[in-house]
Amino acid sequence: MQPANLIPLIVVLVVIAFALGYARSRALAVPMGGIKHLKSLPFYYAARAAMWCGLPALLVLACWLGFEGKVIQTLVVGSLPAELQPDSAGKASLILSQISNVASGALSADVVPPAIAEAASRLTGLQQSSQTMMALLVICIAVLGGFVAWLRIAPHINAREKFETTLRRIFFACAGLAILTTVGIVFSVIFETIRFFGKVPITEFLFGTSWSPQTAIRADQVGAEGAFGMIPLFVGTLLISAIAMVVAVPVGLMSAIYLSEYASPRMRGIIKPLLEMLAGVPTVVYGFFAALTVAPFISGLAAALGLQASAESALAAGLVMGIMIIPFVSSLSDDVINAVPQSLRDGSLALGATQSETMKKVIFPAALPGIMGGILLAVSRAIGETMIVVMAAGLAANLTANPLEAVTTVTVQIVTLLVGDQEFDSAKTLAAFALGMLLFVVTLALNVIALHVVRKYREQYD
Amino acid sequence: MTNSTSQAEIVRQSLKRRYRKERRFRAYGIAAIAVALTALVVLFADIIGKGYTGFLKTTLTLEVTFDPELMYLEDPTDPAQLRNGDYLAPLIAALKKELPEVSGRRAERALKGLISSYAASDVKDLVAADPAIMGTTQRLTFLASDDVDVFAKHRDDASYSIKLTEQQQAWALTLLERGIIENSFNDVFFSNGDSRDPGHAGVLGAIVGSLLTMAVTLLLSFPIGVSAAIYLEEFAPQNRLTDFIEVNINNLAAVPSIIFGLLGLAVFINLFGMPRSVPVVGGLVLMLMTLPTIIISSRAAIKSVPPSIREAAQGIGASKMQVVLHHVLPLAMPGMLTGSIIGMAQALGETAPLLLIGMVAFIVDVPDGFFSSATVLPVQIFLWAGSPEQGFIERASAAIMVLLAFLISMNALAIWLRKRLERRW
Repeated sequence: MQPANLIPLIVVLVVIAFALGYARSRALAVPMGGIKHLKSLPFYYAARAAMWCGLPALLVLACWLGFEGKVIQTLVVGSLPAELQPDSAGKASLILSQISNVASGALSADVVPPAIAEAASRLTGLQQSSQTMMALLVICIAVLGGFVAWLRIAPHINAREKFETTLRRIFFACAGLAILTTVGIVFSVIFETIRFFGKVPITEFLFGTSWSPQTAIRADQVGAEGAFGMIPLFVGTLLISAIAMVVAVPVGLMSAIYLSEYASPRMRGIIKPLLEMLAGVPTVVYGFFAALTVAPFISGLAAALGLQASAESALAAGLVMGIMIIPFVSSLSDDVINAVPQSLRDGSLALGATQSETMKKVIFPAALPGIMGGILLAVSRAIGETMIVVMAAGLAANLTANPLEAVTTVTVQIVTLLVGDQEFDSAKTLAAFALGMLLFVVTLALNVIALHVVRKYREQYD
Repeated sequence: MTNSTSQAEIVRQSLKRRYRKERRFRAYGIAAIAVALTALVVLFADIIGKGYTGFLKTTLTLEVTFDPELMYLEDPTDPAQLRNGDYLAPLIAALKKELPEVSGRRAERALKGLISSYAASDVKDLVAADPAIMGTTQRLTFLASDDVDVFAKHRDDASYSIKLTEQQQAWALTLLERGIIENSFNDVFFSNGDSRDPGHAGVLGAIVGSLLTMAVTLLLSFPIGVSAAIYLEEFAPQNRLTDFIEVNINNLAAVPSIIFGLLGLAVFINLFGMPRSVPVVGGLVLMLMTLPTIIISSRAAIKSVPPSIREAAQGIGASKMQVVLHHVLPLAMPGMLTGSIIGMAQALGETAPLLLIGMVAFIVDVPDGFFSSATVLPVQIFLWAGSPEQGFIERASAAIMVLLAFLISMNALAIWLRKRLERRW
């Protein structure tokens, strides 16, 4: 049975458990003279039965689905004859994909060795029996859990308290998922990064100035040694982010100032949502705009001015990224400017300063830490932005500060290295995780500093 | 006395300059807003200008005679003959009837270039469905080739290169004038999956893939996000663990989305051995990504419920959990829904993490379940935008319009919900 059908089935079982639990608790109350003699309302007895029915079953289902794939893979590979046993992880994934292609019918069983065809039929068999076993197990657990809880309904049990305790634990587990996600991110990048540094020295990665992640297929190939210096990528990322900030900071800040100090409430009500629309546009749309409209326009303009511009110039990606970040800067600055106490404003105006003088000499200095925090958050957003640069920036690592040349970024390289066929365990694939680690650490540091600054600043006026 | 007059004088003299500065400052503000709004307008105008033709298809309408001899198909019920029949021949013959000046093998081959490569298989399907059609003459409408498609829509646009030969262009022009080649609403675009052929490619597969992925994301992230928010706002004790959870949530909200893709690749695919490019894995990754947004907005919604409600409920003997479930949660629900819809809109437009978990595969079939290979709308746009055929660019723009239509309606729903249901205390 498909897991997608199993979940509605569990829901039905839970509803049944609830109904039966409700009926039993009411029935138990009748000889005692009505439900007021129960320790809890019938609803809570029923809810407890439903929980016992649903929770363990869903947990087992999730675990089964999580580990099923890996276990079946290990079993299938283990059953292969000795001469086909893979000696490296790369080979294992190759053989596995071959087997699964045969099993799904994408590859004819006639063109592969008989052992592979056998393994394919074994895979299909294992998958089917795994699904049957899973369905049976989950249904059994649901029915059993519901039945036990139903049996244990008794008037003296405080079902409400137990129900509430369980519910509170579920709430806690959900909140704890945030920790689990962070741990997952850290571990998934750390392990691969450590393995990467086993192949490429950490000093080369951090201080190398050339990046060309071609690894050899044959050992005697020319240029077999890939170069894994991240400096050009990092410089490219910073260049594009800097261009983006040059666009976004003045525009975002000035529009925030205008909207909070000068605009009438009606104008504000119209313009603010329009600006926020810019933030709601998916990044792939910006990427499309940058690659197909802005980049040709810029290279055409540069050619008209007698300059040499690449078709994938950093300027195009940076400009469009800047447009994307405008609403981010403006809404953060707006919050900060509005948080400056009105008394400062009134005091300055009362002394005869004009509005712009008040803004420049009083409010802006007061709001500066908060604005800086907002800008740092925007920088971290620009560094981590992926789609615009994947579509509009180049692939070749280029150590340059010329915005008309093509540069590549950390995120572009992560995507290029991981999309398509990967060789496991090659320095190329692992390099993507090392870059991911770099990205995570840098953005995390920026965010921590920015949030700290913003919070410090807020406390000042609260 | 004289001193203060002179000071007033200084102030008066400087006033002009100061007012000029004031006006200039205001002008900067207006200019900034103008820049931002211009960018928005240019962006939308560009997408619409590039993409409206994507909603049009170019078809040929001809009187086609199903001539058994020409098609090498004496007995259409025989599967072997059906497989080997020449289904392009009757279309060419019908075209030749319209263009009597065409003769010779070379010219016939050039005529072939006007017809979509899928037209022949459509004819085959017709014959297979109804063998009695053989020998009759039918009025058929079928897709023109991509080159004709580009020619029909963009022959006056210098940014498109016309790939038809001079001769083919003359024919296409004649057929256009006679109304045999015409543009109509592109229903193919909404009823097909991806294809190598722009004329035959559609967004249905991507839309279904997006809906399946979003279903997984919503079903997991809404209950989990709301539960986490309830815990943090109502039950969490003031201790280190709670602080740590809060710090984690705030940081996760700012982690670049591509990092979540790395997490999905390392954990769901490499560690758990889940299949690549399926909606379940995509949904799980997007769930982890939107969770912080939903938790943060749900907490704000819970916070906005005034304490008097809680105190009143507790005062008449409700337990803490009853206060939350019976009173706080229903009152905070509109705010939570609004936040979740905005989070889902973000997830719907997200591309980068899905690239890493293999949702970039070329998939023709419309996905039929949570575990079948699929792609999503933004990834489809990415794939089309990067493909060399000109026909895909306008389809990518058209797909962007479809995506934006979804996003705008989701946001409109969120705004409506907020206006309609949210109560100010």
